[in-house]
Amino acid sequence: MTVALSSREIVSQLGGKFPGAVAEAGKDSVLVKGDALTQVARYLKETDGLKFEYLNYITAVDYYSYFEVVYQLTSLDHNRSVILKTRCYGRANPSLPSLTGLWQGADFQEREIYDLMGIKFEGHPNLKRIFLWEGFEGYPLRKDWNR
Amino acid sequence: MAIVDLTFNSRLPMQVVPPDWPGNNYWWHWLFFTVVLIAFVLMMVMGAIYIERRGLGRMQSRLGPNRTGPFGLLQPVADAVKVLLKENIVPDSADKVVHWLAPVVAFAPVVMIFAVVPFQNGALLADLNIGILYIVAISSVSTVGVFMAGWSSGNKYSLLGAMRNMAAVVSYELPLVLSIVGVVLAAGSLSLNQIVLTQNIPFILLQPLGFLIFFAAACAEINRSPFDLMEADSEIVAGFHTEYSGMKFAMFYLVEYAEAIAMSAIITTLFLGGWRGPWLPPWLWFIIKTLIVFFVMVWTRTTLPRVRIDQLMALAWKFLLPLALINLFITAIQVLVWPQALPWLAVIINIAVMFVLVIIWSRLFRLGWGRVEV
Amino acid sequence: MTTEQLMTLKTEPFVVNIGPVHPSTHGVYRMRVTLDGEVVLDIEPVFGYLHRGIEKLAEERTYTGFIPLTDRLDYMSAMSNNLGYCLAVEKLAGIKVPERAEYLRVIIAELQRIANHCIAVGAMLNDAGAFFTPFLYLFREREKIYDLFEMLCGQRLTYNYMRIGGVGQDIPAEFLPALAKFIQKIRRFISEYEFFLKQNEILLARAKGVGVLPKELAINCGISGPVARASGIKWDLRKADPYSIYDRFEFDIPTGENGDCYDRYRVRIEEMTQSLRIIEQASKQIPGGPIRADVPHLIRPPAGEVYAHIEAPKGELGFYIVSDNSIAPYRCHVRPTSLINLAALRQMVRGWKVADLIIIFGSIDITMGEVDR
Repeated sequence: MTVALSSREIVSQLGGKFPGAVAEAGKDSVLVKGDALTQVARYLKETDGLKFEYLNYITAVDYYSYFEVVYQLTSLDHNRSVILKTRCYGRANPSLPSLTGLWQGADFQEREIYDLMGIKFEGHPNLKRIFLWEGFEGYPLRKDWNR
Repeated sequence: MAIVDLTFNSRLPMQVVPPDWPGNNYWWHWLFFTVVLIAFVLMMVMGAIYIERRGLGRMQSRLGPNRTGPFGLLQPVADAVKVLLKENIVPDSADKVVHWLAPVVAFAPVVMIFAVVPFQNGALLADLNIGILYIVAISSVSTVGVFMAGWSSGNKYSLLGAMRNMAAVVSYELPLVLSIVGVVLAAGSLSLNQIVLTQNIPFILLQPLGFLIFFAAACAEINRSPFDLMEADSEIVAGFHTEYSGMKFAMFYLVEYAEAIAMSAIITTLFLGGWRGPWLPPWLWFIIKTLIVFFVMVWTRTTLPRVRIDQLMALAWKFLLPLALINLFITAIQVLVWPQALPWLAVIINIAVMFVLVIIWSRLFRLGWGRVEV
Repeated sequence: MTTEQLMTLKTEPFVVNIGPVHPSTHGVYRMRVTLDGEVVLDIEPVFGYLHRGIEKLAEERTYTGFIPLTDRLDYMSAMSNNLGYCLAVEKLAGIKVPERAEYLRVIIAELQRIANHCIAVGAMLNDAGAFFTPFLYLFREREKIYDLFEMLCGQRLTYNYMRIGGVGQDIPAEFLPALAKFIQKIRRFISEYEFFLKQNEILLARAKGVGVLPKELAINCGISGPVARASGIKWDLRKADPYSIYDRFEFDIPTGENGDCYDRYRVRIEEMTQSLRIIEQASKQIPGGPIRADVPHLIRPPAGEVYAHIEAPKGELGFYIVSDNSIAPYRCHVRPTSLINLAALRQMVRGWKVADLIIIFGSIDITMGEVDR
């Protein structure tokens, strides 16, 4: 059974290593600040005992005052999973660091989020629209998009 | 040079057609046979198209065409009519003259092949005494037409297909010709009529390895599966004839089937005893044997997946060519040095040699990898 | 030209466009391929030809009204998509599915897996050049599965059969005997099929060692399903994170060693056999009872979020649903199995030839409905 690692364990470990990174700990998800995202992700991926090497998915949700980007990581060896979240405040130019350096699978999914939600990922090698054509105006999956 | 006389058994009831039949002038003979040949090629091609589509369908557990006419027999006619009525589109960036000329250059040699294939004892347009050499020479001209088609289309895919075709045809000429030489040695003549006359036992028994090599090389020359990557329609749409439509496409379509029939006719003549056979008229035997060989080609098309271009070339140069050379060597020994082994002892030896060689060679030879470091 | 000049003949790479309309790309998929002669140097995939905005449409449909849209995601295995979505909503709303519905769901999901692998293997062999013959043989078996599904819900491709809390209709009386007969026949058919193709020289030459996906790259890219298992990752959600009642059945997980096209083909064939085992066990144990939990059609799950994933035939299909206690989801994201499985395509293809590109792409088995949504 893939156990969703309880957020308290993660938070205690992360709080030790990266003070101030964790903003909130939900029931089974950990909310980190945007600028600490890469370090926390790398820590989760590479530390023995955690080894969250498998990125399940990346998605983004538009909660009018902020965008929340959700990552789910799984450790195949230990059969555990954890959900990592960050928030981007402001709708004009939201941006986050890209995780394509750590997981190659993030490539297409980050492009999709940029295409449909408008969140830019810094450090992405090829941040172009993936589903809609170049020159399309607007970001359709946002809540305030009217066609 | 000691030519083996295999015609010692003269159970030949078929009448010999004198070379100037029907009239006492060569030109009547020429006219008659020209008309017969062109009609023959076109009818056989229609029959071939029908056999292929119906055979393919039945072997793939579905019905083939069965609506146009009884049992779908008029399907080729329907295809021909459809193709004639289609618009002739020439791409803008195409080289117009070459584009127009390519199907002609591809088709003409194929009909010319039939000029030396005997339908009956002596019944051919011209009993050239270099018959088989003429065939090998002419059939290569058709490739020039294919390359012209690929080049003039102005399309990268077509060029790719044409290049593949050239590479394959050039590679497979060698095993083809070498296996023919084996037959020629056994028969003692290059003329196709003579070759049939000397086949008291069909040469497929005397030259089994030659037959296999010729069959494989012939399939490659005429772009049939498993070597049909020149028009691999799951990769490069249709290869060199992507940009053709209408009657020009029909010419290429005809070329493909006419070449298949031509190769089947040559295999029949060289290996299966041409028009020889009991009670039926000889030309009917010829047609039946040709269609049987064609059916085997359809069979391999249905069954086998396609090889890749570098595997194709490796197969020609590393597998078929050495085997063809060894076959030639053994045949030469049998004909020159040990003529009293012919025919039955040679049959047994040759079949045994074929099995041994094919099994050993296929263990040593792997259709390998082919990844290039990028 | 001297020999030295000929040996270092400079060739120029050129860019060829394959697709979007193409006899072999599984759907409308476009690739811009940089070729050097016949060798593939690089590919750049272009998606979006089938983008219908399903995730945005979810926010305007009710929960139950979204089920037909999930059919159109991976249209080759529509029942699995239905199942994934219904599992997600049930997890969110805390609905318990009755036993009979669970068994029915398992039988149907495994039948769908067999049907999907029929097409996957057939399409890959078609790309290898075996001019439709294996494809049509496998399609004959898929037609039998279509007949079984038509008995259930009247549809052959997009079923809309699962509901939140169970399944839509009960099975007719002739379903289980027909299923038993089908299992016998297809077992024999699969072994006959194996006999034809397993040692076929040309298939081995085209597929063995071609398009190797190394294990570390597969994990890094998040690849799942038969593609990952062929690379040696022993990860199947039915065993690792069992959903529905999969923990009650006995079955094995076939894995490959090398991660080449041939292994992917063999893993799929073995999975078909294992699915038959599950179906047999389930159809023996199926109880009576209701087929749907007592939930309203216009369901309002409590506010919250959930991610539920299943082992769909192509890989891990997941649904991430955020609900705000209204009749429509606030956000519904589909984890696109096929899009993620394509993440490693560039590395798998570089250095091979155009013919291999097609067969490698066919062996990953994607459906554009899932990639583009």
